[in-house]
Amino acid sequence: MSQTLVVCPFCGCGCNFYLHEKEGSAVGVTPSREHPVNQGSLCVKGWRAHEFINHPERLKSPMIRHGGIVRDATWDEALDLVSKNLINIKREYGCDALAFLSSAKVTNEENYLFMKMARAAFKTNNVDHCARL
Amino acid sequence: MTNSIQEFEEAEVFFVIGSNTTEQHPMIATRVIEAVRKKNAKLIVADPREIKLAKLATLHLKHRIGSDVALLNGLMHIILEEGWEAKDFIKARTENFEQLKGIVAKYTPEKVTKITGVDRDSLRKAAEIYAKAKRSMIVYAMGITQHIAGTDNVKSCANLAMLTGHVGHPSTGVNPLRGQNNVQGACDMGALPNVYSGYQPVTDPKAKEVFAKEWGVSDLNGKVGLTLTEMIDGAERGDIKALYIMGENPLVSNPDARHVARALRKLDLLVVQDIFFTETGRLAHVVLPAASFAEKMGTYTNTERRVQLSREAIPPLEGTLPDWKIICEVCSRAGYPMNYNSPIDILDEINRVTPSYAGITYGRLKHSWGLSWPCPNEDHPGTPFLHKDKFARGAGAFDAREYIPPAEPPDEEYPFTLITGRVGFQFHTGTMTRKASILEREAPNAVLEMNPRDARRLKLIDGGTVAVESRRGEVHLPVAVTSDIPETVVFSTFHYSEKNINELTVCAIDPVAKIPEFTCAVSIRRI
Ligand code: SF4
Repeated sequence: MSQTLVVCPFCGCGCNFYLHEKEGSAVGVTPSREHPVNQGSLCVKGWRAHEFINHPERLKSPMIRHGGIVRDATWDEALDLVSKNLINIKREYGCDALAFLSSAKVTNEENYLFMKMARAAFKTNNVDHCARL
Repeated sequence: MTNSIQEFEEAEVFFVIGSNTTEQHPMIATRVIEAVRKKNAKLIVADPREIKLAKLATLHLKHRIGSDVALLNGLMHIILEEGWEAKDFIKARTENFEQLKGIVAKYTPEKVTKITGVDRDSLRKAAEIYAKAKRSMIVYAMGITQHIAGTDNVKSCANLAMLTGHVGHPSTGVNPLRGQNNVQGACDMGALPNVYSGYQPVTDPKAKEVFAKEWGVSDLNGKVGLTLTEMIDGAERGDIKALYIMGENPLVSNPDARHVARALRKLDLLVVQDIFFTETGRLAHVVLPAASFAEKMGTYTNTERRVQLSREAIPPLEGTLPDWKIICEVCSRAGYPMNYNSPIDILDEINRVTPSYAGITYGRLKHSWGLSWPCPNEDHPGTPFLHKDKFARGAGAFDAREYIPPAEPPDEEYPFTLITGRVGFQFHTGTMTRKASILEREAPNAVLEMNPRDARRLKLIDGGTVAVESRRGEVHLPVAVTSDIPETVVFSTFHYSEKNINELTVCAIDPVAKIPEFTCAVSIRRI
């Protein structure tokens, strides 16, 4: 058993809690007492934040769809397919035929990197996220 | 937010508009409730629905849906007429006051009562309570931004705060509550079509130069890109050929779902990177399995601009990779090498190119409860409230707006107004919260909330099923009869993809912020 301080993934309040780990899985939550926002408490969503982490429906393999058929793929195969197609489309139709939709749920570093991918690697400013929704 | 969550404890007045705070921001709602109960703070709630906070409110203004600008202008009209404005503040800190005066002069109580349905007495009382207190806070959320007049609503809130000098001090200000955990951070980091991180415009040659140098490229695109709604339209037209989606489920969260599905199906390449197999993922050509928040380290920025470090609690689930690693791989394979050993390296780079985040370094975050931006250097303590001595752009400019009616008002054929929102037990499109057994048990499916008088007229009982139809689609839902909602208005949530309420909603867009208006006209029949 170990416990690690994390930020709640469910709303903009940004409560902190300790996530309990047992044999590599998340098993429970304890609110941080000193944190200035949540001061020892959490709402019902925060208390349940560990439940989806090891849910059996989590994706565990890249998938590729051909026509109506979806099959598992290796990381190499999936990543090559993505990068090759992005490059081909960029070559054929121009940078602005590509679009990138980032996420209000992932970290700052990942948002930064995602917009860097759109702008530096593929030369388009077509990048947005769901803040407006 | 211009101010911090802790400052809620010392506010004398809260003006809450378009935010169902107890459901969407529980910890902030707790602060409001405690201030009201223990410190006698006054609470004004402006919301057509009888939301939980309204039950505690000193004053509940049930203004008609979409009439926010008229309501706010009406309050300012009364404040000016009574001479309750902050004359010194206006003189020292603002400009364009004459423009505001000119427009709000037209919003007499008679006119405002007609548009909003709020009586004259309540308007006057609200104006007096808000204006005369020393520390008044405005709190708003998506309830006022998801309208074609969304930008007008936000401007009007800012006007009201400046008119009364309730900004730039502790426990005042204009405080938008951000929905998802890192909406603030996604904006700060430049996941927007017009700016790099720190809101540096892509059209500014100086900003372009900074990023070109850091990124080792010479040909950055200087043209503002497309917003999400424009991307979807572009895909439908065939101009957008590839869409790469990370951690979002637009098929369920966007308005007019059938239009979104049609557009996504036309793409040559749809990549979806997520932790679950979402509805949008089912349309993808390639699905990439990502690690969850618990399986990686990184920072998030909460609604009060506090940047906080979250640590890796468990290793990534076998077969998954954290989002940042996937991005590095795709870029490197596409001929743009990206090498970072950990998110700490990425944060270092953010510190270098983002002035407002320059002092928010890993070393400092590791030993603190986070830092609020702007934080320009490592010795800076962070900024819990904004606009202290002056506004970011110098003088605060009043920018009064006129009321415009909603995009799709009810009519004979579609006599009800449908509004959409969230419940406290579920989060967004439900991909995460619906996997938690207790949350799913408390709020397992979508219902249509309806006023008892409407239910009687349609001969409906609680739990009976209805067909809800708009100009774009039809959805069948059980009815929940409740007097919390006014007559001729119905409410439902968008957490549930099997009953996707967004098949009905309208995609009329605020011309500036490009936020779609979800509210639309529907007809209801018993089945
Ligand atoms: S515990 Fe509740 S209030 Fe706190 S961040 Fe999580 S969802 Fe928001």
